[in-house]
Amino acid sequence: MPIEVNGKTFETDEEGYLANINEWEPGVAEVMAKEDELELTSEHWDIINFLREYYEEYQIAPAVRVLTKAVSKKLGKDKGNSKYLYGLFPYGPGKQACRYAGLPKPTGCV
Amino acid sequence: MSILHLVNKSPYERDSLDTAVDYMLDGDTMLLIEDGVYAAMSGGKAASKISGMKVSVLGPDLAARGISEEKLVDGVTVVDYAGFVDLVESNDKVQSWL
Amino acid sequence: MSNIKKFMYVNRRAPYGTIYAWESLEVVLIGAAFEQDVSLAFIDDGVYQLVKGQDTAGIGMKNFSPTYAALGDYEVTKIYVEKESLEERGLTLDDLQHLVWEDEDDDWAEKDSIRLVSCAELAQVFAEQEVMFNF
Repeated sequence: MPIEVNGKTFETDEEGYLANINEWEPGVAEVMAKEDELELTSEHWDIINFLREYYEEYQIAPAVRVLTKAVSKKLGKDKGNSKYLYGLFPYGPGKQACRYAGLPKPTGCV
Repeated sequence: MSILHLVNKSPYERDSLDTAVDYMLDGDTMLLIEDGVYAAMSGGKAASKISGMKVSVLGPDLAARGISEEKLVDGVTVVDYAGFVDLVESNDKVQSWL
Repeated sequence: MSNIKKFMYVNRRAPYGTIYAWESLEVVLIGAAFEQDVSLAFIDDGVYQLVKGQDTAGIGMKNFSPTYAALGDYEVTKIYVEKESLEERGLTLDDLQHLVWEDEDDDWAEKDSIRLVSCAELAQVFAEQEVMFNF
């Protein structure tokens, strides 16, 4: 289902992930979150931006375990744990946050 | 009657390069593409096989594999896709050593 | 845990001519979730996978070489590169990416992941493995 952001149409795959990562803009995350009835806070954006940087550098979406460890290192141990991340992204930090960030589904996520 | 010999396999994995070299006649040209470009790296064991021959390599395939042009065997020329087409045009036939 | 096994992934193909290299990398990343004792070996044309400076813009394929640098995050810290394969191809360690992992127990100190080994040495490492995957 394509999504509409500020009058622009973005193609997605059957699971709602953006078809073309390079088309992403912050509004994409906002619209996707609204559909999930979630309000994005700066805490959400920390994770979304982190994921985009990770993808930019390594060309993959990190597994949740890797994300947790890396966030812990970068943003502190109080944020680098699955309880905190699931609190932000109840559908799973890997799947949901990656989707908002315009990334493909994390490798190994089913 | 000149032939353009296309080699797209690594010389360290297949014997395509050896056979192509054996079939090269005066006036023929060899074009290395895909994994075939590894043959054109100087310092490699396969490099001696093509020395002194008219050999071109496809630039985009070199770049993809992280091979800079300074690493190429002397005399090997780099062509882009348009150069690939020119080579096909300027030879009578293309022999692809798959 | 007692059921940790020694897994070895053997990579023998160049990166873009076939799908083996990328498939192997994906399996390694997925398999990392099982928290086994993972090692990777690069021999024959497999050493080309680690060559630095790859730029695939001109061939329209995904450049997955940056992903090797993420292996440390996945606790893959033992990457064996066979000396003879490098030499045969006119390559040295300087031509390869510098892969490191961060040791959480040592204040995140960066440590080298790549171990340059001879064929004979690598054969000994293979002998110690419990599961071998070949790509």
